[in-house]
Amino acid sequence: MDVYISDILLNAPFEIVVLTALIVLVLESTRGTRPNISSWTSIGGLSLAAVAALTNLGASVETFGGMLQSGGFANYYGALFCISAVMTILFSRNYFERQNYHRGEAYILLLFATLGMMVIAASNDLIMIFLGIELMSICLYVLAGLFRHRDRSNEASLKYFLLGAFATGFLLYGIALIYGSTGTTNIASIRTAFPHVSHDLLFLTGSGLLLAGFAFKIAAVPFHMWAPDVYEGSPTPISGFMSTGAKAAAFAALIAVFSRVFGPSENAVHQIIALIAAASMIAGNVVALAQSNLKRLLAYSSIAHAGYMLVGLAAGTADGQIGVMYYLAVYALMNLGAFGIIGALETENDQNLQMDDYAGLSEREPVLAACMAVFLFGLAGFPPLAGFFGKYYVFLAAVKARLLWLAVIGVLASLMSAYYYLRIIVFMYFEKTKAESVPISVPMSVRWTVIFCAVLVLLFGLFPSVIVQTVLRVLF
Amino acid sequence: MIPLQYYLIVSAVMFVIGAVGVITRRNALVVFMAIELMLNSVNLTLVGFSAFLGDASGQILVFFVMTVAAAEAAIGLAIIIALFRKKLTVNLDEINILKW
Amino acid sequence: MLENYTPIFLMIGVAMAFGIVMSKVNEILGPKRRNSDKYSTYESGMEPLRSTRERFSIKYYMVAMLFIVFDIEIVFMYPWAVTYKHLGFSGFIVMASFIFVLLLGYYFVWKKGALEWD
Repeated sequence: MDVYISDILLNAPFEIVVLTALIVLVLESTRGTRPNISSWTSIGGLSLAAVAALTNLGASVETFGGMLQSGGFANYYGALFCISAVMTILFSRNYFERQNYHRGEAYILLLFATLGMMVIAASNDLIMIFLGIELMSICLYVLAGLFRHRDRSNEASLKYFLLGAFATGFLLYGIALIYGSTGTTNIASIRTAFPHVSHDLLFLTGSGLLLAGFAFKIAAVPFHMWAPDVYEGSPTPISGFMSTGAKAAAFAALIAVFSRVFGPSENAVHQIIALIAAASMIAGNVVALAQSNLKRLLAYSSIAHAGYMLVGLAAGTADGQIGVMYYLAVYALMNLGAFGIIGALETENDQNLQMDDYAGLSEREPVLAACMAVFLFGLAGFPPLAGFFGKYYVFLAAVKARLLWLAVIGVLASLMSAYYYLRIIVFMYFEKTKAESVPISVPMSVRWTVIFCAVLVLLFGLFPSVIVQTVLRVLF
Repeated sequence: MIPLQYYLIVSAVMFVIGAVGVITRRNALVVFMAIELMLNSVNLTLVGFSAFLGDASGQILVFFVMTVAAAEAAIGLAIIIALFRKKLTVNLDEINILKW
Repeated sequence: MLENYTPIFLMIGVAMAFGIVMSKVNEILGPKRRNSDKYSTYESGMEPLRSTRERFSIKYYMVAMLFIVFDIEIVFMYPWAVTYKHLGFSGFIVMASFIFVLLLGYYFVWKKGALEWD
């Protein structure tokens, strides 16, 4: 029992999220749905969990018999997920109210999805990775179809579910083959067994299938087909959460499995990751050029960003990992903020989502337009914003790892991406407002959350060392 | 004693049948059944390896896969019913407001 | 090794042959008097009132889905019960917390009215 108690204390952020979810569950069931109380309880619990995670950024310790590893790495991601979830809830409250669908269940699902993500980041065993991914995905399937009276939402949910379950099959088969070749599901033990199996066909097939499963979750080419449809059909703040939280969680799993097991050695898996990265950067950006629906555009841009982050992993070095973890944090802020603004301006029945609906936004909503510009410049990777340093770190790692071709493709792809990001900014600042556009009142809570995101994007761009130092402490 | 290869071959064949079913079938429910077949083929692989290696963790994973598959089945049916009530079809070719 | 299965294969073969032969013999030798009564759903029963392909109420699906979820949890309890003595008190605590979480889910479902049939 003593062992358990110390394990429980070490994993405090998990317990806080679980308890919050259970409290909200009981709150929701006792006297009908009370979305306001539920949402504020969730925000409180998640903030507490984020604080608890940030206070323990020390070295990683194995807990619960080697199933979870708590400590810096897990808590860095844990804090990232909790903060993303808090922002998602802050955006959702207003969004669901305006869409006439404000129900408390959404927050229960969000809390459990966050828990699943935290489990993924903390897992030291393939069983836990599988459970975390499923907990996250099942909640997200439902969240995608939250507006169950709308065709688009239903359709997004079904597509996400069918393709997600399909990918789970591959993921599991990969886990089974790795288990068969190494005789263990524990990642640390797989690491020890790696030199003996590194040329074993069974092990390599298993790793390939596992990689395919993860590539689906991060929406990398060629497993990206679901992303645009699902992001377009889902409720907007949920799309934001999927494109940041779920993506970051899958990256945590990728780092946990591939970087920890394969190490910096040159091998086939790193080459495959490099190819996937190149394909994602090119395909994501090229298709995004042709989009006019903003949610769809950001979906393709998120495919491209998965590619940039994979560049860091393809390098396989510690520099690459630092770059990826920095990138994930700032990408989460930029993308959540952008989806938050889109959600705040969206009107009922999926209106006001086209690029020309944003014409003259700087006159109607100067603050939101300025924040949107910050996020878009950041996503495009303009210095001195945070997005620039994210790209700089991963491309630098690629160059150091003698993957110059990949870095060149990355730079060219981000130049291409600047075109469609800037096009939105041109619409916002240099076009006249359309006559028929309806004025929208954006509440203060949403405004302040957006401003907070934008300020953080600026700050992390001006002082990137704040995050990099944390990541360094967490990793080594 | 049946050799391990037999289990692996049967489960690989089941997995491929499932994967092909997902790609070729147009009925959402049949696609879902094909996915379940894939998960069960993985279970067979895991049990085969577990017996072969004399290690229990593979079988533990099977338990988790079973429960997760059940949860997924519940969610999947709920999603399919919600869609069916709205559109009166479960044919994937007719579910096409969003570009696939 | 496969010899051990000979009786089973023999049994399968005999069973299939028996089934096929019997149904075919019946088809060939049996008397055939075709009229409209023979083709109705119940030959000497009541007239069918409507199509048998009726839609089930959504409640049926709700209960079925909840059944799947709650039923499968026994998968965890079975190995736990078998090793109960070995796991001791900490095993009991772990399973109790699992059941507690499950119970909260049950409470939620109940209060949301998913179990009401009418």
